[in-house]
Amino acid sequence: MTSMDVVSLSRLQFGLTALYHFLFVPLTLGLAVLLGVMESVYVMTGREIWKEMTKFWGVLFGINFAMGVATGITMEFQFGMNWAYYSHYVGDIFGAPLAIEGLMAFFLEATFIGLFFFGWDKLSRVQHLAVTWLVALGSNLSALWILIANGWMQYPVGAKFNPDTMRMEVSDFMAVLFNPVAQAKFVHTVSAGYVTGSMFVLSVSAFYLLRGRHVEFAKRSMTVAASFGLASALSVVVLGDESGYTAGENQKMKIAAIEAMWDTEPAPASFTLFGLPDLKNRRTNYEIKIPWMLGLIATRSIDKTVPGINELVGHAEQRIRAGLIAYDALDKLRRQPSDTERARLDANAADLGYALLLKKIRPDITNAASDEITAAAWSTVPAVSPLFWSFRIMVGLGFYFIALFAVAFVLASRRELTRYRSFLWLALLSLPLPWIAAELGWVVAEVGRQPWVIEGVLPTFLAVSSISAANVWFTLIGFVVFYSTLAIVDVYLMLKTVKDGPPAGAAPEQPKLRLAVSPAE
Amino acid sequence: MFDYEMMRLIWWALLGILLIGFAVMDGFDLGVAILLPYVARTDIERRIAINTIGPVWEGNQVWLVLGGGAIFAAWPMLYAVAFSGFYLAMFLVLAALIFRPVAFTFRSKLDGPRWRAAWDLAIFVSGLVPALIFGVAFGNVIVGVPFRFDDSLRMIYEGNLLGLLNPFALVCGLISVSMLTLHGASYLALKASGPVADRAVQAARLAGPVAVVLFVLAGVWVAFGIDGYVVTSQLAHDGPSTPLAKEVTRRAGAWLDNYRAFPWTMAAPIAAIVMLAITAPLLSAKRAAAAFVCGSIGVAGVVATAGLSVFPFMLPSSLDPHASLTVWDSSSSHLTLKIMLFATAVFLPIILLYTAWVYRVLRGPVTAALIEHGGGHSAY
Repeated sequence: MTSMDVVSLSRLQFGLTALYHFLFVPLTLGLAVLLGVMESVYVMTGREIWKEMTKFWGVLFGINFAMGVATGITMEFQFGMNWAYYSHYVGDIFGAPLAIEGLMAFFLEATFIGLFFFGWDKLSRVQHLAVTWLVALGSNLSALWILIANGWMQYPVGAKFNPDTMRMEVSDFMAVLFNPVAQAKFVHTVSAGYVTGSMFVLSVSAFYLLRGRHVEFAKRSMTVAASFGLASALSVVVLGDESGYTAGENQKMKIAAIEAMWDTEPAPASFTLFGLPDLKNRRTNYEIKIPWMLGLIATRSIDKTVPGINELVGHAEQRIRAGLIAYDALDKLRRQPSDTERARLDANAADLGYALLLKKIRPDITNAASDEITAAAWSTVPAVSPLFWSFRIMVGLGFYFIALFAVAFVLASRRELTRYRSFLWLALLSLPLPWIAAELGWVVAEVGRQPWVIEGVLPTFLAVSSISAANVWFTLIGFVVFYSTLAIVDVYLMLKTVKDGPPAGAAPEQPKLRLAVSPAE
Repeated sequence: MFDYEMMRLIWWALLGILLIGFAVMDGFDLGVAILLPYVARTDIERRIAINTIGPVWEGNQVWLVLGGGAIFAAWPMLYAVAFSGFYLAMFLVLAALIFRPVAFTFRSKLDGPRWRAAWDLAIFVSGLVPALIFGVAFGNVIVGVPFRFDDSLRMIYEGNLLGLLNPFALVCGLISVSMLTLHGASYLALKASGPVADRAVQAARLAGPVAVVLFVLAGVWVAFGIDGYVVTSQLAHDGPSTPLAKEVTRRAGAWLDNYRAFPWTMAAPIAAIVMLAITAPLLSAKRAAAAFVCGSIGVAGVVATAGLSVFPFMLPSSLDPHASLTVWDSSSSHLTLKIMLFATAVFLPIILLYTAWVYRVLRGPVTAALIEHGGGHSAY
């Protein structure tokens, strides 16, 4: 059996490496499109300053991209290294989007990124522009396939359990592709990346304007960032991925936990703006509620109810009991082929995963007592407080981004970007906020999925490899040391590149840093 | 379309093609990294060497990512057993692969000699370590790996990192290092210039013969010193993927059975020996392009030899031979293999087309003049 140490350590390692990887992903997504926009303006107008802009933001893009590539390989390998049983159990479905991501997207962006930097003098303007857009297309398609994979973990459609191979197998690939949760996640995540890229350009440009350096360069950059950022910020909030939360049972549990909503309310449910979730007594204190709001967010309607935690735990208990029938039938079937047992299994196979929740309590789960089943049902409630707060901070930031980019947009269209220093300071200081929002978004999505690694199918604690805790400690410490070192170097180089600024309006002193796009000495 | 048996065979071949793609395309990157301290002494020379692979390493690295994804999608049990079984070795590969791109990008950003020397070392290590470990991994596939399954098909691995470093596997590791060094030397002879290219040719004169001699040594070892694995029970080629329904025994010389039964498979080891042997002489004769092509065929021959020797096994278990993973009982479902074949058939040709176009745009040697006077050619 697997030890809980290995489970906790593997989760910690996956969480840390994934959150670290996602420091680079949103900037790649957003900046790639912004580079495409800037270079398009250059090709259409022929004005050199737009080429300088593409090159300068391209240098920062390049530093970030290398980190994204490097830390992305870790993610792919980690499924096999730390989550071997997961890989066996769902590899038949989950592996395909990852492989297609490589074929369709990653090859595209990684092959053309070289030409983006090295191809300025070797390609015509239009050819180079096409290369830049292909990099942007590749990174966006990459996000699509990864989120199809992740969406399936949240809402595993188009697959069924095969007792002969003891794993899940794909039954309807189109359902996996057009999974509503995956689609909502894709739009939301990519828009969040655009916001991050826009904020990056906005903040760095604000820094130049505050210093009075590279003014023409910074004003143009800021105008692009303001308009693209405003559209993206609206898209993130309006097309938020909680629209996918009505799709499955656990998605419903996630939204109930986010809301710390213990009892089902009559439709349309109210949104708890503030409150203190009390887990022990299963209630939320000092609530400040906004009527109707949750019903609108979660169901996009006023007549559908949003079920509360208590009701959903009741469902889970029923499913555990049905799952035990499936488990028993599977056990008999593995020992002796029988059509009746196969029929019993098929009838209850959708709940098999719920029975596996009992494995945390006792190995011989068919003998589980009633109170143990109730305990297992309550284990389907994810950690309420982190979800409650992460979600609220993320949403608050989302609305703040709309306001900030709206102000920037108005100032840009009135050509007053340099008029209010306080606004420039605000734009500069807002730089880290999209990253905070994005990371919290993943906390909501993945902590909210617990206790499942595949919702309703495979509990997280069963998914790990049969490896020693010592091995995981070793790699965990290794990753922390590597990644911390790289983070320091990365931030240092980013800051240095920003400080040196674009070559066109270079400061009088000789810049010590060479830009990747300029011929280095 | 194709039945399950045929589809498994196709995916076995495709896995081979992807691994060969990785060995050929990323292999010369690793080789250049290994050769860096020897072929390039001054900063300009180092930058010439690094800039030969500068624009293409990212695309080349994707062959590995795609290989990993394809194993996950088409051979999930192989992915689960190999990646968790070789846990610490995989971590070392990852560490190297994380450092390499970062080293390329960061090295050029500052001037200090110590800064650059540190990243040069990182580049060398990050070329050597994956080359060695991939070879060692292939060696362990040939001798068998200590794993078994419990009745819920949970894999249990009973080896450790030191167990992977058995003498035969180390020889395979050295084959990989010398072969990729040779391959990197051909690439440098083709793309670099001046003393860098000259020293690469010198290095090839050593790496080529070493690779050939070690490869022949490993062949003799497999023939006389290592037990192969044989399936001794019925094993349906289109049955469900469960590796516990067959019987397997070990027998001396069994890894040569395929060459006896299908003599055409001898083409792989013969190509490996001949092509690796003529690469260095071709380089000496200033035929760098021909040498690169021959070296690539030689690399493909080595990878294919390993795959053909153990077929239909993919990962034999030394602990419980019955649990060994074979082509016939460790694949994805028929439907997944079909979907993946469709995706590969559509996208792999497109990938090859645009990769060829990129190399065409970047054609021509990297020279000191280009590095010094720019022209937008060099990024690092």
